[in-house]
Amino acid sequence: MTETLTAPAATRGLVEITGVRKSFGATEVLKGVSLTVEPGGVAVIVGPSGSGKSTLLRTINHLEKVDGGHITIDGQLVGYEIRGDRLHELREKAILKQRTGIGMVFQNFNLFPHLTALENVAEAPMVAQGRSKAEARRRGLELLDRVGLKDRADAYPRQLSGGQQQRVAIARALALDPKILLFDEPTSALDPELVNEVLDVIRELAKSGTTLIIVTHEMGFARDVADTVVFMDQGQIVEKGTPQDIFSNPQEPRTRSFFSKVLEPAFNI
Amino acid sequence: MSSAATTVAQSQQPQPAPPAETPPTTGRPEDGAAARQAPDYSSYRVVAAKHPWRWVGTAVVALGVLAVAWSLATNPRWEWGVVAQWFTAQSVVNGLVETLKLTAISGILGFVLGFVLALMRLSASPLLVSVSWTFSWIFRSTPLLVQMLLWYNLGYLYEKISLGIPFTDVRFFEVQTTTLISQFAAAVLGLTLNQAAYSAEIIRGGILSVDQGQLEAAAALGIPAWRRSTRIVLPQAMRAILPTAFNEIIGLVKGTSIVYVLAYSELFYTVQVIYNRTQQVLPLLLVATLWYIVITSVLSVFQYYIERHYSKGAVRNLPLTPLQKARKFFATHAAVPTRRNF
Repeated sequence: MTETLTAPAATRGLVEITGVRKSFGATEVLKGVSLTVEPGGVAVIVGPSGSGKSTLLRTINHLEKVDGGHITIDGQLVGYEIRGDRLHELREKAILKQRTGIGMVFQNFNLFPHLTALENVAEAPMVAQGRSKAEARRRGLELLDRVGLKDRADAYPRQLSGGQQQRVAIARALALDPKILLFDEPTSALDPELVNEVLDVIRELAKSGTTLIIVTHEMGFARDVADTVVFMDQGQIVEKGTPQDIFSNPQEPRTRSFFSKVLEPAFNI
Repeated sequence: MSSAATTVAQSQQPQPAPPAETPPTTGRPEDGAAARQAPDYSSYRVVAAKHPWRWVGTAVVALGVLAVAWSLATNPRWEWGVVAQWFTAQSVVNGLVETLKLTAISGILGFVLGFVLALMRLSASPLLVSVSWTFSWIFRSTPLLVQMLLWYNLGYLYEKISLGIPFTDVRFFEVQTTTLISQFAAAVLGLTLNQAAYSAEIIRGGILSVDQGQLEAAAALGIPAWRRSTRIVLPQAMRAILPTAFNEIIGLVKGTSIVYVLAYSELFYTVQVIYNRTQQVLPLLLVATLWYIVITSVLSVFQYYIERHYSKGAVRNLPLTPLQKARKFFATHAAVPTRRNF
């Protein structure tokens, strides 16, 4: 009854955001944002600080409740269900279940400092998917191997470098086999020489068929990895298109002025 | 360009004459013709800086400690013989057991209730928040002594205590207050409720000290609320909770002595009864004091190891325990006992 829009198997990871609004107190940070990311697509959201990029990302897994509009994943509403002519807010348990299909990587890693790298990765599969401890650990080691950190499985987060911590965080987000991965400025807290090891892992993921939505300030990386670049400013999507369109031939004056500030040739001193 | 300038500047500085037996240092080929050998200091003996005032301070304090120890040992009025005689007397040991019992029961109940109060205070319900706040406000504002006497005299205020449905005549059972509130019950009630008010604040502070991002990450991973609290938040909150919590428990050990107003025979009341009979006031107070010191010392050892357990991951490498340090010391020094290498 509630699934009137049952998704065909091929559209695994389709994200549709429609007219989403969100205010914090008197400030409206999202002013009616609409965006579709195709299954397996890689959307990179760029824009100045305070433009609402991170908030938009956090509405996709219902870490922020929207004030207006709605978000669906493979046709299923996020955070609500349709009963008759009303939208009922889902209970905590149902929201947690939805979130297991959406992995998230944070700017500050948010690894659990009192758990080892492997325990960080194995926690959610045990609790949210009910896997056995042995199975969760085996899968955890596989994922740590995938991000190149199998030999640091028993290290605590504080014993790892920033780049290594973020790679563990990516492995943790992958542990539930999500169809969508959200990256909230994954390299902003890293020293410059550590940025690439993290971006390389994300590049690998972009080829894997998982839908990726990435908020970042790394313009070179965005150009490289995105199939859609979205430019946001003041709570709205100003312009979106292929990297070629947005970086080389922006149409809107706001986009042009932003890129003229951030795309300065790097070694011009 | 800048490296050449540095070389010039350096070569103008007076160079220490290398001692005769210095092996020749290797010149770096990339320095070219301007290369000069860096002075080699490896053959000099290092002399540690001297701290004469540290020695003066140490001597003064040592003298003071010695004087105190001497007076404790030689002043006959401390009556150490009497202390030794009563230290393990049956009545004193019984009192000690009662003190430990009161501490354990009201400590555990107090912290459990405090945990509930802390969760209430952090909940989204304004009623739960205000009830929790009011509880802490009342019990932190009244002296423990008054609370204790109030509980013991509850029978004066309410003759009977009954359990039923409020505002109806349904009663499941009814008892005389004085039979329900014994000295022990009044003591436990007073200590527990008072302890709960303080521990609620300690636990709340600990929970607040955990970064919000931890909860978000756990929620994003689909980890249920109960598991988020027990597996993610509490173990991290414990680091902030433990030092203050042990302060409270140690305070509670000595706080139980206030129960003497109910004539409940715990350690302090017991020694009072004895010295009222024998007139050996100071030695018997010393007996009680020594036992309190023993309890606190044992608790401090527990505190060290429990804190160490919860510091996993918070420090890069755990420091050695005193036992491990001692073992390491003997392992490195026992083999060559005469060698002094520092």
